[in-house]
Amino acid sequence: MVVIEAKAWRFGDNVDTDQIIPAERLLSTNLTHLNDFIFEKVRPDFADLIADGDMILADRNFGCGSSREHAPLSLIQAGVSCIIAESFARIFYRNSMNIGLLLIECKVEAEEGDTLSVDTDAGIVRNLTSGREFVFDKHPEFIGRLVESGGLVNMIKEGRF
Amino acid sequence: MGKTIAEKILSDKSGTDAKAGRIVVANIDYVMVNDVTGPIAFREYGKLGTAEMHKDRMVLIPDHYVPNKDIASAEQAKEMRDFAKKHGIENYYEVGKGGVCHQVMVEEGFAAPGRLIVGADSHTCTYGGINAFSTGIGSTEAAAAFATGKLWFKVPETIKVELTGSFGKDVGGKDLIIRIITDIGVDGANYKAFEFHGPGIANISVSDRLAVSNMAIEAGGKAGIFPFDDLTREYIKDTVRGAYTPVSADADAEYCRVLRYDLSEIESMVAFPHLPSNGRAVKDADVRIDQAYLGSCTNGRIEDMRIAAAIVKGRHVDPDVRFLVVPASQKVYRQMLDEGLMQIFLDAGAFISGPTCGACLGGYMGILAAGEKAVSSTNRNFIGRMGDKASEVYLAGPQVVAASAIAGRIVTPDLLEGC
Ligand code: SF4
Repeated sequence: MVVIEAKAWRFGDNVDTDQIIPAERLLSTNLTHLNDFIFEKVRPDFADLIADGDMILADRNFGCGSSREHAPLSLIQAGVSCIIAESFARIFYRNSMNIGLLLIECKVEAEEGDTLSVDTDAGIVRNLTSGREFVFDKHPEFIGRLVESGGLVNMIKEGRF
Repeated sequence: MGKTIAEKILSDKSGTDAKAGRIVVANIDYVMVNDVTGPIAFREYGKLGTAEMHKDRMVLIPDHYVPNKDIASAEQAKEMRDFAKKHGIENYYEVGKGGVCHQVMVEEGFAAPGRLIVGADSHTCTYGGINAFSTGIGSTEAAAAFATGKLWFKVPETIKVELTGSFGKDVGGKDLIIRIITDIGVDGANYKAFEFHGPGIANISVSDRLAVSNMAIEAGGKAGIFPFDDLTREYIKDTVRGAYTPVSADADAEYCRVLRYDLSEIESMVAFPHLPSNGRAVKDADVRIDQAYLGSCTNGRIEDMRIAAAIVKGRHVDPDVRFLVVPASQKVYRQMLDEGLMQIFLDAGAFISGPTCGACLGGYMGILAAGEKAVSSTNRNFIGRMGDKASEVYLAGPQVVAASAIAGRIVTPDLLEGC
């Protein structure tokens, strides 16, 4: 069971991978510190403001655009514990689950800075600031196993693929 | 209940009854990586600690930052070259032999009807234009496919797109797909496949079908699949590797949505910044441009070059515009030479380069300054996609890009009379 409690950063619809990390940063020499560049074109101070464990809360179609795994990787490196969005773009969803970034598909009402808690077993997101609760569908069995293994590489190593 | 093309291919490759919504593990025919996504895949492959590698199914194509734009990209490209050498991977396309990855996948015959192809690049969905199920994946999954030859897929629901009629003058596949994305939105096909049907398909060239399928992802789509026909057979006959089995949908297949278009009613379209779904009719646009870009995996094929050359022939690029012409592969480049298209573009005052992704992703060679506007035959116009965050990208087909280069503003070719 995973319960995460953290502060939320608020984003809107269609946050694309070029916003998360611009193409000009996609160089292997940057792979260990991609977090330095997150959202640099749209929220230039974000890389400094985000703290370890914080969450991102967005609306529809988070992660649309390119297949660059640098996008979820940069967010993991920045310490993002979880992304909650009304919906995710397909490749971003796969990439995140495959490398162990927890995504929750749920429409949550919250302001930037609110504290949220995510209970993956119960399928509930709680806004601890407003006191409201939001229910989400739990992951399908295969994805659950993927999350449990901590990603695809581990799943293959464990012979569960 | 019958099956869609996506369900049939995934059933065949997984050996299960793949119906929409199920998750299957399926054998892949090819897995492609490029110079940006490859290095992560190679590292993740290393972590698997296995000696197993499906070399004959791996295709490595450097295209995003090659020819190397700087030292960092040189190191990155070298990582891929070294990996290919170390493991003896034959399907590696060095600078001078390949081009933009999706173009190479088609013209080298990896993509073929009925195949299941994955690529660590979101526009891998392009090969649906020739009846393949192909889709973009991440680097870690590419590594998994290197080692196991298979991958997990959620079987998508399918949107049926019924097409009738034929395109009017100077209108093509790009205009159709911008129309579709504008109608359903950038997440209108998220986790879904498109399947194209109807008598209109026979009137769409295979090159235009590839452009349509290429942009399925811009509506969130997992794949955009055309049926196989004589045009497909003819298009691939000299290049396809090995045998292939075309796949068609069952008459009683289930679709989650049906869209209908009469091709004769599609207008020349342009997608305004900063989403591919911001499509408007070109006739309603009044935008001066600084740059026109013809190229990319969407519209960098020889057919696109011919269309554009016919428009610029005997004319001159507007003095305030840089017109960049970037063939999608060495093969297209050579064909342009052979057909005399280079001469036409040069005479008009265009800059022509060898194949590269380059400016399409804001990488290099054609970057926009703050406040600059470009009309581009590429597929994305996100904030900062081709340069500064305050630059703007307008997506259009090769006809409009060529005409706009001459006019200095976004127009259809018929407005060039007298230019
Ligand atoms: S041409 Fe552009 S869209 Fe196509 S693969 Fe290259 S960067 Fe991606």
